[in-house]
Amino acid sequence: MLAINRKLLRDLWRTRSQALAIALVIGAGVAMFVLMLSTFDSLGLTEQRYYERYRFGEVFASLKRAPLALGDAIARIPGVAAMQTRVVVDVTLDVGGQPAPVSGRLISIPDEGRPVLNDLFLRSGRWIDAFRDDEVLVSETFARANHLDAGDSVAAVINGRRRGLRIVGLALSPEYVYAVRPGELVADDARFGVLWMGRKALATAYQMDGGFNDVSLALEHGASTREVIARLDRLLEPYGGLGAIPRAQQLSHFFLQSEIDSLRGMGQIVPVIFLAVAAFLLNVVLTRLVAVQREQIAALKALGYSNAEVSWHFVKWGLAVGAGGGAAGIAAGTVMGRNMTAIYTEFFHFPVLEYHLPAAVVVEGMAVALVSAVIGALGAVHRVVTLPPAEAMRPEPPARYGVSGIERAGLRRWLSQPARMVLRNLLRHPVRAAMSTIGIAFGGAMLIVGTFTIDSMDQVMDVQFNVAQVYDAIVTFVEPVSARAGDEVRHLPGVLDAEGFRAVPARLRAGHRERPVSILGLPSPSALNRVVDATHGVVRLPPDGLVLGTKLAELLGVTAGDLVTVEVLEGERPVRNVVVSRLVDEYMGTNAYMDIGAVHRLMQEGGSLSGAYLAVDSGAEPALYRQLKNTPAVAGVGFRRAAIDSFRNTLAESVSITRTVTILFAAIIAFGVVYNTARIALSERAAELATLRVIGFTRAEIAYILLGELAVVTLAALPLSMAIGYGLAAMTVTAFNTDVYRLPLTVTTHTYAVSLMTMVVTASVSALIVRRRLDRLDLIAVLKTRE
Amino acid sequence: MTPAVFQARAVTKVYQMGDVEVHALRGIDLDILGGETLVLLGPSGSGKSTLLNIVGGLDRPTAGRIRYRDRDLTTASERDLTMFRRHAVGFIFQFYNLIPSLTARENVELVTEIADNPMPAAEALALVGLADRMDHFPAQLSGGEQQRVAIARAIAKRPDVLLCDEPTGALDITTGMVVLDAITRVNTQLGTTVAIITHNAAIAGLADRVVTLADGRIASERRNDYRVGVDAIAW
Repeated sequence: MLAINRKLLRDLWRTRSQALAIALVIGAGVAMFVLMLSTFDSLGLTEQRYYERYRFGEVFASLKRAPLALGDAIARIPGVAAMQTRVVVDVTLDVGGQPAPVSGRLISIPDEGRPVLNDLFLRSGRWIDAFRDDEVLVSETFARANHLDAGDSVAAVINGRRRGLRIVGLALSPEYVYAVRPGELVADDARFGVLWMGRKALATAYQMDGGFNDVSLALEHGASTREVIARLDRLLEPYGGLGAIPRAQQLSHFFLQSEIDSLRGMGQIVPVIFLAVAAFLLNVVLTRLVAVQREQIAALKALGYSNAEVSWHFVKWGLAVGAGGGAAGIAAGTVMGRNMTAIYTEFFHFPVLEYHLPAAVVVEGMAVALVSAVIGALGAVHRVVTLPPAEAMRPEPPARYGVSGIERAGLRRWLSQPARMVLRNLLRHPVRAAMSTIGIAFGGAMLIVGTFTIDSMDQVMDVQFNVAQVYDAIVTFVEPVSARAGDEVRHLPGVLDAEGFRAVPARLRAGHRERPVSILGLPSPSALNRVVDATHGVVRLPPDGLVLGTKLAELLGVTAGDLVTVEVLEGERPVRNVVVSRLVDEYMGTNAYMDIGAVHRLMQEGGSLSGAYLAVDSGAEPALYRQLKNTPAVAGVGFRRAAIDSFRNTLAESVSITRTVTILFAAIIAFGVVYNTARIALSERAAELATLRVIGFTRAEIAYILLGELAVVTLAALPLSMAIGYGLAAMTVTAFNTDVYRLPLTVTTHTYAVSLMTMVVTASVSALIVRRRLDRLDLIAVLKTRE
Repeated sequence: MTPAVFQARAVTKVYQMGDVEVHALRGIDLDILGGETLVLLGPSGSGKSTLLNIVGGLDRPTAGRIRYRDRDLTTASERDLTMFRRHAVGFIFQFYNLIPSLTARENVELVTEIADNPMPAAEALALVGLADRMDHFPAQLSGGEQQRVAIARAIAKRPDVLLCDEPTGALDITTGMVVLDAITRVNTQLGTTVAIITHNAAIAGLADRVVTLADGRIASERRNDYRVGVDAIAW
């Protein structure tokens, strides 16, 4: 090995604690990068394999009822590769262990062979026997949540008749990776179940013989989805078509995709912060190394080593640290990525787990580690190149200090001599002090970003469940019923108050943009389900016109005062231009509201109701549940408390994984910066501090001078970390802005406090480590070395 | 007469030290002849180190010309100066400037690995009497031993010229003599041109020629009729 490389190895060994601290920060950044992107890739791949193997449809449409013969016409639409017609019915289920009624969706499967599209993965049990009309396959998630298995039975109210259904197998479908009950935003595995039943049995029970009410399509390669949807809509319109949607808007796929996409976003933003901090630390440490070795550098130059060779020598220090951190980060990121993919696979109930670490992610991870190392080393290179060897041969002149502005401002007499030293030393390297402050602040900011989402979720929960949806239960009817019939729910046992609503499926059109929605007609004012604006609180619906969520308005490109075309997809299917009377800033969903009277006028109908919100006396719940389970007109019942629970569970699960990782790594950043700052200060000031010890200063007194600097830097970082944390939180909130939910920017005092405390503790621990070194300061040796 | 290895003509050097201009050299004319031992004498601040640095290609004159054999160092590129130092010059510094993280042998190898026709590191160390201390780190060596490692490092490349800046400045008398003995033996045994700068007039006896600097100018120049041995120097 070349002597100069041996020097490098020994330099690395001598500076190992600092090298390690920097490698940790780089490793953390690379690990985040690898974790997020490999999980993103794996989930994408798993999703793709799953969709392919089980022939997940590309266009989906629901309708009232069409004769089977229409299927041939649909199959002839140019661009359609495969078609599957089905009967899909929403029912109320009575599940043994559940006192409350449960929503179920019955989906037909062919009596012979497998579905052409949306095939099932049979997890356990057997396929149904077409000759028996009571056999069903049940979604595994629902079965697990309710402790059901093959051999068990559930009861369903099918077309007014209570029927027992025998479970013969558990299945998974690409169509219900994320099983969300229509109208809700969070999967509730226990209270929403998908059941697959033989086509003949289901069609007979619902008088759908020779007909269908749901169709899925697969498209030929290169076919225009838009074109196919337009033709399909035209074919289905006479049969009560509810508007076809592309896969992108299919509920399960949509949720899955937004979850996967957020990983990619996080994978690209977060590591940048780590690597920037690492580059800064490397810069500080290497610059110091160059300063300490200035005479060695001069000697190397005098011996005939070129600037490039000497610079390369120091860059290699950075590259070694970068490579070490990068390799560790890739290893850690792979392990974490595998676990995270496993957790997600479990969470989404994928039948297969495919962890895939793309070579590109490994290469990119290592590349960013090395690039940040090189960027960090540039400062050192600059110093090496500009160091005049003739000058460097002589001992370094005393550092230039000045009387600080603070002292000049008249505070001088208030500052002790050691305090002045702290101050002047900080001001001698103002850029470095500022960068250290920023570095520590970023550590604290990461902590804030890692934890604030909980605050935001709480805010969402509070608004959603304490201000907006204050009902205890929501009942939806199979068909819209008259106001008088709707009023009967009021007389159900335990119902304290009831409020009917009208939901109308419609397509909103503005220019070339369109969006399928359900317009929710609410009484104004409503006591049980209120429209809430994030800033303005409860909004009273105007007597006319639409009230749109800002996200929906954004998707349609409209604002208050604009006209949108409403194409109702139910009943007489009226098409009207309706004015957008106002926008509401909502946290969840893409909603459209109208006063219930305005909906009735739009539909040219009397007081029809789609369902009702109930306030329930908790003591009377069992009686109410019994009654609801046996009410044929009721298609589904939802409960506020269950919604709260599942919301909490779902978000807590997906947030907590990334949060834990972020907090751990944020602490690494804070430690890396504080520790390095302290070590550099110790290295620079060892002689000075030893001198002070010799002339009679105590250990505590010199520790005060050295650590005082650190304390000032850390204290200055605290408010800055709050500001940066808030800014990063704002960025995160923007990144989280999906159609599903928007996070409000809420950072509580508690979150700030935890972050600040963590930083103070981290800084104190680093200070203690340095203090121990300071206590062992060899006075004689330090004074002898010429620096 | 041996031809001049170095020719300095009207060399001046001005440093900017904050607001003050420091005239380190004020028009030096000097030839260094092949194979001679030249001592540059002068008090601190007389400009002798500056002159040595310019001769060694570590620094450039503000004005004037400096030639090494047929090469003009004044206009040489950074790369040419590096190559000049790498192949032609051996430096010995007052504070040795060894790499503390490398052993004696490795410090010498630092040079032998980049030079064209070096002697083995062990041979260079044996020449300065350190054959049995080769695997010691600088911190494990005495000052005189460290300086001898520096000499071994300087001569291992078989330089054309050895430039010594206060080589005994940090040493006591006895060790200083060992070091000077090593340097003079390089001159006599290898024929290397040697330039020593010192403020210690006693060392002048070792030289073929003694040039005295004062205030950036050559104050006097004399030729010794005969060179005294190291052991005859009166400190």
